[in-house]
Amino acid sequence: MEYTEIITESFGTLTINKLRTGLAALGIVIGIGSVIALISLGQATEQSVQNQIQALGSNLLTVIPGAQNSGGVRGAAGGGTTLTLDDAKAIQSSSQITTITNVSPEFSRRTQVTTGKNNTNTQVIGATPTYLQVHKASIGQGAFITQKDVDGMTKVAVVGPQVVSDLFDNSDPIGQTIRISGQTFTIIGETVSKGGTGFQNQDDLVFVPLSTAQKQLFGADYLGSIALEAKSADVMTDAQNEVGYLLLSRHKLKDPTQADFSIFSQQDILNTAASATGTFTTLLSGIAAISLLVGGIGIMNIMLVTVTERTREIGLRKALGAKKRIIITQFLIEAIILTFVGGIIGMVLGILASFIISNLTNSPFVLSLQSILLATLVSAGIGILFGWYPARRAANLQPIEALRYE
Amino acid sequence: MFLVAEVVEEAGEECLLGDKVPTIIQASHLRKVYQTGSVETVALDNVSFEINKGEFVAIMGPSGSGKSTLMHLLGALDTPSSGSYILDGEEVEKLSDDQLADIRNRKIGFIFQAFNLLPRRTALQNVALPMSYAGISKVERMERAKKYLEMVGLGDRLEHTSNQLSGGQQQRVAIARGLAMNPSLLLADEPTGNIASSQAEEIMQIFQDLNEEGHTIVMITHEPDIASHAKRIIHIKDGKIVEDERNGKQRNRRF
Repeated sequence: MEYTEIITESFGTLTINKLRTGLAALGIVIGIGSVIALISLGQATEQSVQNQIQALGSNLLTVIPGAQNSGGVRGAAGGGTTLTLDDAKAIQSSSQITTITNVSPEFSRRTQVTTGKNNTNTQVIGATPTYLQVHKASIGQGAFITQKDVDGMTKVAVVGPQVVSDLFDNSDPIGQTIRISGQTFTIIGETVSKGGTGFQNQDDLVFVPLSTAQKQLFGADYLGSIALEAKSADVMTDAQNEVGYLLLSRHKLKDPTQADFSIFSQQDILNTAASATGTFTTLLSGIAAISLLVGGIGIMNIMLVTVTERTREIGLRKALGAKKRIIITQFLIEAIILTFVGGIIGMVLGILASFIISNLTNSPFVLSLQSILLATLVSAGIGILFGWYPARRAANLQPIEALRYE
Repeated sequence: MFLVAEVVEEAGEECLLGDKVPTIIQASHLRKVYQTGSVETVALDNVSFEINKGEFVAIMGPSGSGKSTLMHLLGALDTPSSGSYILDGEEVEKLSDDQLADIRNRKIGFIFQAFNLLPRRTALQNVALPMSYAGISKVERMERAKKYLEMVGLGDRLEHTSNQLSGGQQQRVAIARGLAMNPSLLLADEPTGNIASSQAEEIMQIFQDLNEEGHTIVMITHEPDIASHAKRIIHIKDGKIVEDERNGKQRNRRF
């Protein structure tokens, strides 16, 4: 008996009781559907985080005060007072450093910013003109802080689009004034929106000259961080080392374990974020896998019922000369068709679901060939795994007992 | 109804030759014991007989006599506890499950009391089923199935499913299915048990015609009326053969 014939016959048997076939396949539909949707969503999240971090600059290095953390990036920094403007100048001018093109010393705090009517709590960044270049930011209208502003400790501010909408209801902010910590600043420019809602909203920022922030606003003579632009993304490790050794010697520290600062790249953040979303995806996929398992057991249950119900038919087939192999194949193929068709329907539903969710949440729609292949193989595998026992049971029925069965 | 002249002649010749007629069934000292817990039930005890090609044998006995067990053994559906059974040259008691399936497929045509047609399949599909297990091509299967259905008078019911056919018609489909592989032995188990008596006579007529064409038929029944259509009647009781007689007054014989 040819396999094509067994397959057509199995299709025939399955279409006889459509409701039962549908319900049996439903477990697989849901299982495969949720696996596909979750993997796709996980990958979409990963990609959107990646996009956002990449937008910040893939050749961006950040030096923050505080001890190096062996595991990766230390989250809350800023407590340290070890980084100074002289450190930044040294990085810029040192002959040992060949991989850094721009240095942006910064000092930022979250604080209350008000106009006469509105107020908002936002990040105030003390910056120098190099900030724009290092952070790949640009000015939409007006101008950014100049070296003159920094030298003269002027009270000017550049605001992000979010601040404009919060404080000025999107009217033209140039020339208006805002109050930060009781001091009045004149707005001279507005940055272009960078979009995204990553770890920090790049549009909800207020820039003031670094010197003004340090001395007039927050009373500090140290830096919050130093942002560095490397020549290219390929020299990040070299850059990290060069800057590290320079700062160690400037801080009179002998070996890297004593470092009172940390240097991390966007890649480090990316890795941390990827491992976080990865864990999340794995967890959710695990839950979906359990539903697949339950679906598989459902298939096995239905196949066992089918074997019992068709005992007489099996007996007859064996009496007429069907060998064990044929009976096994017949029932196994029925189970595989069930799970395979269920898997394909589940795949379509899963893709549809992740497409709808990605549209609703404005995240990218990612569809990997990998997950589709996985789902197909897994569903067929479940058919074989859970169809095997009922099929064997059918094949081992004794023809006389099977024929006598009422 | 569907007599083919040469076949009849051949069968007749063989009968005349007497001793040289090939033996289809050679059962010697068959014993079958069923074990239920610690209780042993002897269903068949030291049963020996031979059936030659072209015979029409009825095996008769009351229920519980062991005739069903005998039928299972003769049909290679089961193997004896001891004794030997040679079917058309094959020592059945020595075969594995799959080899038994092969023997049943090639050498035995089953006709069951409850017809045992596949539900929701057409008459053609049902008759073609044993041929599919023998690896015969689909085209040939359909051709042969059609031929045998026409032979049993169902040429106009080829595409009817079993639930669209009467009991007698279903049994005729089953007979066509039994003939499909051109077996050495037609084995019928109470073939008229589920059929209205008016149609039962038709079925028996078909058996007689088949026998006259040269088919060897063994029929199990408890009805003397049905058994009287056979040429030879074996009576069985309590697992033993009590009588083995030639039936001189065979009913409905055409000549």
